[in-house]
Amino acid sequence: MKKLLLAASAAALLAGTWLAPAQAEYLKEHRGGTIRLLARSAAGTLDPHINYTDQGWQMYQPIYDGLVAFRKAEGMDGFTIVPDLAEALPQVSDDGKTFTFKLRKGIKFSNGQDMGVKDVVASFQRIFKVSGPTSGTFYAGIVGADKCLADTKSCTLDGGVVGDEAAGTITLNLTKPDAEILYKLALPHAVVLPADTPAEDMGSKPIPSTGAYMISAFDPNKGMTVSRNPNFKQWSEEAQPDGYPDVVQYDFGLSEEAAVTAIQNGEADWMFDALPSDRLGELGSKSMDQLHISPLSAWWYAPLNNRLAPFDNEKARQAVAYAIDRNTLVKLFGGKVLASPVCQVLPPDFPGHEDYCPFTKTPGAKWSAPDIDKAKQLVEESGTKGQKVTIIVEDTAISRSIGVYLQSVLTTIGYVADVKPISSNIQFTYIQNTNNKVQMSVTQWYKDYPAASDFLNILFSCASFREGSDASINIAGFCDKDIDAKMQRALDLGVTDQKAADKMWAEIDKQVTDKAPAVGLFTPKRLDFVSKRVGNFKFNRQFNWMITQSWVQ
Amino acid sequence: MSNQAVAMPRKTRGPWAVAFAKLARDRAAMASLTVFLLIVLACLSAPLYAKWAGVDPFASTLDAVIQIDGADVPVMEQSTEGLGLGYTPLGPTWRLGNYFLGADSQGRDVMARMLYGGLSSLLISGAATIFTLIIGTAAGLIAGYFGGITDTVLSRLLDVLWAFPIYLLAISLSIVTIAQGIRIGPIDIESGSLWLPVIIIGIVYVPYVARPIRGQVLSLRHSEFVLAAINLGVPGWRILWRDILPNITTTLIVFVPLMMALNMLTESALSFLSIGVQPPAASWGTIIQDGQALLYTRPLVALVPGLAIAVSVMALNVFGDGLRDALDPRSKVRLGRD
Repeated sequence: MKKLLLAASAAALLAGTWLAPAQAEYLKEHRGGTIRLLARSAAGTLDPHINYTDQGWQMYQPIYDGLVAFRKAEGMDGFTIVPDLAEALPQVSDDGKTFTFKLRKGIKFSNGQDMGVKDVVASFQRIFKVSGPTSGTFYAGIVGADKCLADTKSCTLDGGVVGDEAAGTITLNLTKPDAEILYKLALPHAVVLPADTPAEDMGSKPIPSTGAYMISAFDPNKGMTVSRNPNFKQWSEEAQPDGYPDVVQYDFGLSEEAAVTAIQNGEADWMFDALPSDRLGELGSKSMDQLHISPLSAWWYAPLNNRLAPFDNEKARQAVAYAIDRNTLVKLFGGKVLASPVCQVLPPDFPGHEDYCPFTKTPGAKWSAPDIDKAKQLVEESGTKGQKVTIIVEDTAISRSIGVYLQSVLTTIGYVADVKPISSNIQFTYIQNTNNKVQMSVTQWYKDYPAASDFLNILFSCASFREGSDASINIAGFCDKDIDAKMQRALDLGVTDQKAADKMWAEIDKQVTDKAPAVGLFTPKRLDFVSKRVGNFKFNRQFNWMITQSWVQ
Repeated sequence: MSNQAVAMPRKTRGPWAVAFAKLARDRAAMASLTVFLLIVLACLSAPLYAKWAGVDPFASTLDAVIQIDGADVPVMEQSTEGLGLGYTPLGPTWRLGNYFLGADSQGRDVMARMLYGGLSSLLISGAATIFTLIIGTAAGLIAGYFGGITDTVLSRLLDVLWAFPIYLLAISLSIVTIAQGIRIGPIDIESGSLWLPVIIIGIVYVPYVARPIRGQVLSLRHSEFVLAAINLGVPGWRILWRDILPNITTTLIVFVPLMMALNMLTESALSFLSIGVQPPAASWGTIIQDGQALLYTRPLVALVPGLAIAVSVMALNVFGDGLRDALDPRSKVRLGRD
């Protein structure tokens, strides 16, 4: 692991040196102005230790920093971990359980306070004190985390996060090696906030930040103003580069249709929400140069409840996987430019991904066509023909259409199916709770960080299933002891040999796919529509468009 | 011969005949009734239309191809310009039986769905009207006739129901029952059943019927013929059935079209919000919802059901007004020589 980290640091340094002159030149020419963003609604709380949304995480990138960060670079380079508030990537002990970070000096928060060791220690404690949504998963491996999870208010992480003021170091001790810990530390849930930040959800109150920008005003019903941090001095272009616009004005409340018109008229520069499907044709032909299509590490899928009839029968689940015409779903999503058919769990270009599709007319690497005859035969063999199935979907145009299509597929292969669209605000938690007896649903999973375990272990491990809980992310209720053990072995192997671990994840992906606990539908792509004045559009695979790396003048 | 005409005894027409004659002369009411009956007839022909057109209005047919003037035309057309983004459903062909109003985002024939949707909307609003009238009339009769504690309890219950904004109450009840249906004792209504919106809409409008009926019964309760029947020892249920109910029949008849119009609007609103008729079944509300995502390219998908709701509701309201005038002996509608 040490070798890997050193190599990453060297590559990062080289890349940084190469990028520096270009950015300096462009900054001189394009610096300034206000970039105007639109979204139908705010992303929830402003608190980076709590907010768990794509919208929030994207906006935090130029604002907050952690000890390490995902590199602010285009494409797959954005999956690389680089030092941020730490001077370099950590020194790792031989047993892989201790990580020592040396903190950079001279970094200030936007309120003028110096950022130091005590802030880092307090921030780690705060993740637990505010009951951060990933405190029990991503950060549960830190020594002392168990006590913090049991009693959040008096969390000290004693022995887990140790600060040395004199040496300017932070030592992170884990209960066992974790190959993904640096990814987890680079997420917004682990950013460093001032030590005196109240240990409660700050809601609409901006928290001082170390990044190039700071939140200067926020009204969840109107908008957010992000302006330059007066105390920011660029320390690492690849971790926290200076930005082009002076102000980012993010307004909330406009419908998607109105947002498209505003961008067309040059009254706004970008919209967060998906483009309305009936405007795609027009935009794709008339505003091609303003559209950016980027791949996403995401999965649209239909979890099948492995603990309820008829999908407690493996053949019944496989029948559904054979019957679904992925091309039709791709069509519903906007066409091949915006989505690709899938059968397996891991998205393309993702660690551990190897093309695999057993549930198609000609089984092999890729999906080709549905096999309705085979599906009907499997339904017959399973003895589940004629059973009633309810599909729970989100109450959005796209989810509803997918639900209606799936209903007709299930009817074709012999089930009595109906669709129930329920509010997007509750659908995701509703389908997780076993008390609701959901047989089949349609949902999506977007990666937290680029590791196969973020899909396979999180969505299909026995530990991710919690009876009667709204937070049972293993929606299918799938639990296979052998696969579970193999996932654990892959996680352990990742500490020493990530390549071999990814190979193992590829095998696990195939095994899970074969059991069909959920049916893969398609991999979506992100379509960004920007105004004519937006230049230097760069899409980062981890956090999407890098807003402040684009210029508007 | 005397020029003086001999006064012949004129045959007096009954109140129903007078009312019918009044109604028949009310052109606006009769035109509205005709429009409404045409809509009902069209909706009743939905299965025949779908069979004739050879379409399944409930199944996704994204890959369907139809023939127009001998040419194959895909029901969902992919954009071929520029980046080739998105699919646009077929627009109106204006040919009956061949995607007359075009296709929706699932490639389904909008005309066939309109007819099926109308059938659902009419069935739900009609059944809910009957439900409301039965429960509302019973509550009004019992409260008004028996008075005392019975009246107090029933009236307060109606007050509680009336205290909620109608749509808020209907939406709340729909959200609670949408996923699991209604299971109370022997009553077991599945979540996708059309009976769910019928009962919910029926319940929320009960006070609208029960309160005026109660008022009328209260005044009838003290009329001489009722007091006479009571003094003769006629049982209460018999007085209600034989003496009071016939005297409120005209009110109930007037309620029918007016309540049906209200129920149709409520059903459409609930279905538009995804908490009424459930997909793939259609109602005018769900078709508007489907059409919302196509407003820019295929506005007719949302406009046509909207227009159908507006015309039906207007027809029912105008007819209801005419009916009320016709059944009201004090109305000033002219009846020629009568």
